[in-house]
Amino acid sequence: MIDVGTVLDEKVFYIDRAMLKSYADASGDQNPIHQNEEIAKAVGLPNVIAHGMLTMALVGKYVTQWAGGSQHVKEFSGRFMKPVVVPADQKVDLTVSGNIVAVEGNQITLELNATSAGIKVFAMSQAVIVK
Amino acid sequence: MLNPDSVGRTFHGAEEVIVTQSHIDAFCAVLSEKDTTVAPPTFSIRITLDQSQEILSNPEIGLDWTRVVHGDQRFEIKRPIVANDSLKCSSTIESYKVTDGNEFVVIRSDLHAADELVVSTWSTLVVRA
Repeated sequence: MIDVGTVLDEKVFYIDRAMLKSYADASGDQNPIHQNEEIAKAVGLPNVIAHGMLTMALVGKYVTQWAGGSQHVKEFSGRFMKPVVVPADQKVDLTVSGNIVAVEGNQITLELNATSAGIKVFAMSQAVIVK
Repeated sequence: MLNPDSVGRTFHGAEEVIVTQSHIDAFCAVLSEKDTTVAPPTFSIRITLDQSQEILSNPEIGLDWTRVVHGDQRFEIKRPIVANDSLKCSSTIESYKVTDGNEFVVIRSDLHAADELVVSTWSTLVVRA
């Protein structure tokens, strides 16, 4: 159903330190607060945190999966609300939800949200999809 | 503090960045994305983050990258990035404001393949007091 108000199925992604390492290598963002616990704590963080752009990339995956491919995404935006904290040897959740807020011709606008451990980490997010 | 004269100015990257299939494959692998024929929607950050930082590290601009936190991010994708794209980055400081000592800087980065605009991105950076 592609109607305004339709709620998309929620999806849970899991983030661990290995994913942070592979995202650092894939994105070129080697900031040590995403890999080194000592450095993260030294700058006042509770622990290593995920790259905000990894969170956004996973929300993007949720969008492209629903849209049927990356080539359908024309706009994508959002705000980083809180960091996703990733302790060693743990998989933390990134729970993504969405709903349809506009449909105009072949253009669909989704509103998206992501939480981790129940805390809102990414919000004020929209994606425009052209089918 | 940012030099107010920098606001509204566009700075051009010197080099073209060539996207390889292995760059796209690595990015897709993190996301368990099987279709690697086009780049995922946020892939361009791999280019714009580095490039805008290099372009805007000019001391006359006065942006302190060591205290930057990423606030908002937006992409306008004209077409997906594909392997062998040769992309040139230009970055514009679109807006600047100071609230309670925190600086809010909006940087727009455009990626062009020759004369074709491929992706525009907006990053709101917060330079903490």
